[in-house]
Amino acid sequence: MTDKKPETASPKMEERLYQNRYLVDEGNPHVTIHPQPGGDSPALQSLTQICPAGCYRTGETGRVEVVADGCMECGSCRILCQATGEIEWSYPRGGYGILFKFG
Amino acid sequence: MSDHFDAIVVGAGPSGNAAAYVMAKAGLNVLQIDRGEYPGSKNVQGAILYADALERIIPDFRDSAPLERHVIEQRFWMLSERSHTGAQYRSDDFNEEKPNRYTILRAQFDKWFSRQVRAAGAILITETTVKDLIKTESGKVIGVVTDRDGGKIHADIVVLAEGVNGMVGQRAGLRPEIKANHVALAVKETHFLPEETVRERFNLAGEDDGVVIEVLGSVSSGMVGTGFLYTNKESISIGVGCLLADFAETRIAPYALLDKFKSHPSVAPLLKGSEMKEYVAHLIPEGGYDAIPRLTGDGWLIVGDAGQFVNAVHREGSNLAMTSGRLAAETIIQLRAEGKQPTEENLKLYRDKLADSFVMKDLKKYRKVPHLLEKNRQFFNIYPAALNRAMQAMLRVDGTDKRSKEAEAMRDLKRARGGWWRVATDLFKFARAWR
Ligand SMILES: Cc1cc2nc3c(=O)[nH]c(=O)nc-3n(C[C@H](O)[C@H](O)[C@H](O)COP(=O)(O)OP(=O)(O)OC[C@H]3O[C@@H](n4cnc5c(N)ncnc54)[C@H](O)[C@@H]3O)c2cc1C
Ligand code: SF4
Repeated sequence: MTDKKPETASPKMEERLYQNRYLVDEGNPHVTIHPQPGGDSPALQSLTQICPAGCYRTGETGRVEVVADGCMECGSCRILCQATGEIEWSYPRGGYGILFKFG
Repeated sequence: MSDHFDAIVVGAGPSGNAAAYVMAKAGLNVLQIDRGEYPGSKNVQGAILYADALERIIPDFRDSAPLERHVIEQRFWMLSERSHTGAQYRSDDFNEEKPNRYTILRAQFDKWFSRQVRAAGAILITETTVKDLIKTESGKVIGVVTDRDGGKIHADIVVLAEGVNGMVGQRAGLRPEIKANHVALAVKETHFLPEETVRERFNLAGEDDGVVIEVLGSVSSGMVGTGFLYTNKESISIGVGCLLADFAETRIAPYALLDKFKSHPSVAPLLKGSEMKEYVAHLIPEGGYDAIPRLTGDGWLIVGDAGQFVNAVHREGSNLAMTSGRLAAETIIQLRAEGKQPTEENLKLYRDKLADSFVMKDLKKYRKVPHLLEKNRQFFNIYPAALNRAMQAMLRVDGTDKRSKEAEAMRDLKRARGGWWRVATDLFKFARAWR
């Protein structure tokens, strides 16, 4: 069991997510980005601001990156980018991922 | 474990639990699968539990269910940046022997519900994600594929109770992808306070009395959305939700919206000194009647959020989930008793039962509302703000006569909305959608 904080998040976001319980499936990310040749779509870019767990950020190359450790499995990024094919999304393996105490 | 069941239920939220419970009680051989460590570990809700839907499934649920408070008062707030105009309804009649609404914590409630399901005889496997459906060449669903080794399991019928982000139905091509303007993204925090503090702050005499507050206006920063604040026993659930499409367009961070709501002068004193112990996010299906996918096919049917059964206007969802789960189970039981196969044709019985229940009747009644709100942001920004300005002007005694104040409030409203014609049209549109 790990209470892992995502490295990408702002300090405030870290504090927030610190309360949550996760079981991280090391080496098996359930969200991956497939960068498209024409650059990142506005939808993908918006995720750096609106992912509720702060999993997305703009990397040094200027392209959007994801670290899904703090992910709350809401599905927003999957829905927003379904048309552009930039995000591959699945539920974590059974038992892994977020574990809500209160929900 | 046998590898053939009478029914497999995918998901152990309210819809799946209701379906599995009713079928198991009737003696069916039911397997239920949930991807969480325990039922509820992935689930999020406000949360208000509407007793009626559960009572029809487990009449004595009050004896053992983990209920927080029963609701004796509901407040509605129209929020502006620094004020709110509110209406509230409180009645001692809600202090009845069998209260009508309760606040709950979903992780605990779902765990309890699942215990009842297992006691009724269903088999539950957790920590297992259903990845796909097994279909025959003719497209009939005959089982599920899980992420366990050799994880294929067969059944006469598969009940998809997998929630709003239902990947199984989508992957199997049974239902289309969700649209970003058909779901709200909600974020919520649970704030702990001593039990007496909760009671004092909300003016509650009885130990289990509770208050819920529904909020419209500046809470959504111009997006289509609402906020809420519910009293639990020793905590407060506070959250906001807006259309996912609106978040993507405005790029407002959901947690920033929540922080703003928490620091609003009307809210901050209620939370003062509390300890935040959980932050969660989840989608809510808000597309209404027109977003409902195909609900039945050969060997499968859909219940709960996976079918978009949420009445966003009245913030009801878990009761539609439980009711659709129960009706699905009753359908399956009835078909078996009549010796009929769960084909698309025979499952029309489920669609008929739904159409005859409040689930479809309510969704149909408010069919036009999601569309109306999406196209008319003034209901979320201009009107609440103008109302609050008018209230302040009338209440501030400053030597100006009341007739002049009234006239100014009317001019202000006209200015804010850009003409009387628009105000009248809004009223008309609103009344028609509500009808
Ligand atoms: C913030 C918020 C506030 C709300 N407030 C209220 C309220 O006050 N009152 C109210 O009545 N409703 C409310 N709702 C709506 C309510 O939560 C839903 O309508 C209800 O939970 C739907 O139940 P369900 O069983 O259909 O789906 P869910 O509760 O989402 O359950 C789905 C289940 O399926 C499991 N699952 C999903 N995919 C798989 C898979 N592939 N394999 C195995 N398992 C899987 C999940 O782990 C989960 O347990 C609210 C919702 C939110 C997000
Ligand atoms: S599923 Fe939700 S929380 Fe997880 S990465 Fe996507 S948007 Fe963020």
